[in-house]
Amino acid sequence: MLTKRIIFALLYDSGSFMLSRNFRLQRIGDLTWLKENYGFSTVGYAIDELVVIDVSRKPRDTQKFCADLKILTRDCFAPIAAGGGIKTVEHARELLRSGADKVVINTALHDEPDLIDEIAAEFGQQCIVASIDTQKINNSYRVFKHSGTIETSDSLEHFLLKCTGLPIGEIYLTSVDRDGTGNGLDLEVLDFVGHAKDVPLIIMGGVGNADHIIEGLKDNRVDAVATANLLNFMGDGLARARESAIASGINLPVF
Amino acid sequence: MEDGNQLLRLSKYTETMADKEVVIIDYGMGNLWSVDSAIKYLGYSPKISADPSIISAAESLILPGVGSFRRAMKTIREQSIDKAIFNSLQNPKAKILGICLGLQLLGASSTEDGFTDGLGLVQNEVKKLTSSNEMPIKIPHVGFNRTEQPKNSKLFDQISADAAFYFVHSYAMQTLNDSSKYATTTHGQKFVSAIESGQVFGTQFHPEKSQKNGLRVLENFLR
Repeated sequence: MLTKRIIFALLYDSGSFMLSRNFRLQRIGDLTWLKENYGFSTVGYAIDELVVIDVSRKPRDTQKFCADLKILTRDCFAPIAAGGGIKTVEHARELLRSGADKVVINTALHDEPDLIDEIAAEFGQQCIVASIDTQKINNSYRVFKHSGTIETSDSLEHFLLKCTGLPIGEIYLTSVDRDGTGNGLDLEVLDFVGHAKDVPLIIMGGVGNADHIIEGLKDNRVDAVATANLLNFMGDGLARARESAIASGINLPVF
Repeated sequence: MEDGNQLLRLSKYTETMADKEVVIIDYGMGNLWSVDSAIKYLGYSPKISADPSIISAAESLILPGVGSFRRAMKTIREQSIDKAIFNSLQNPKAKILGICLGLQLLGASSTEDGFTDGLGLVQNEVKKLTSSNEMPIKIPHVGFNRTEQPKNSKLFDQISADAAFYFVHSYAMQTLNDSSKYATTTHGQKFVSAIESGQVFGTQFHPEKSQKNGLRVLENFLR
């Protein structure tokens, strides 16, 4: 039986790793900091997957991002998804040649659905992680694009329906209002994901501790819980979170 | 937590493998970096190449893959990589490991993007995973899953029976009643998660993404 996944997400901006709160970014440290606080040969064994997103709001330096992605992933033998501002098939190819197995796509889902078809035709549908940012506004979930800065006209339900018509492999749903708060995942959003029930679902936004991860993974609609909380899991935090999830009965592989 | 890396790192100094030529076949569609770094980590010095003469001369070939079966076969044929693989396997010491799409390409055919012939090194066919009312599944099959390992397996030597490996795929190779050794995994239906058939090996999962157990599968293939 397929196991559940704990995903660690790294938010990257011009050589630095960022903490995000409601999509506002704060610089925490560079690759050296990351190595010191999340020695990758250890983290690699405590997580099921690593996501690395170039969240830079300035024009992105893809070459530098790919170079850092290579350094980051050199001794990390876990699945890696990378993304941030992907606009061409070549851009996706660069990431896949730098250690990524999958590409994370957000804004192009809205603005350039043809690109999704092109990337899927080249690398397969399983390669595309559809990242969707949502926020609860007046009891309805709205969808945002461009790093959460632009509200689209879509409700979450409507947008999920659109996305399932595209060749995507996974849905990576982030709660903008919970993002970085450490207050726990928004599980109410799961009542609105019925249209995408046949696609693996990753949820993110609000994880502050192991219990939040467990809460998310216990829900049978959830395949994976992601956290980008760079400060709450330093040292052996991820390993301990994993152990307590396994102890509370979550089906996770033992590495 | 046990550090499996230590074990693997030690092993590279105790075995002589420097002369073994490992070639990772580059047909423009793989996560070559990951496979390359895993093999280097194990102490080998792989070459990444699409050159038929280099592929023909290799003793250990790795055929990685992320992508569409049809496009992959098209490139492989256009660049005569198929012939180079067959040439290499004329050497009885030579062997090949297909990974993910690479495993599927070893088979007879796939229905992805329309019917396409594969390399035919094994006779199995590749078909899309399907969800049914009795067995509803999510497609693609993404994440770590366990395998039913074959007996006396080379690939799974010294790997725990409940080890989980990382899968990400929508198409899967079907089993056959033949002399090949199969590891199988069930996701809605039972499919080939690894194959060992003479000189031909393959894993549907990504050993280079399956942490310590995956590295051991790669090491088992290479040694």
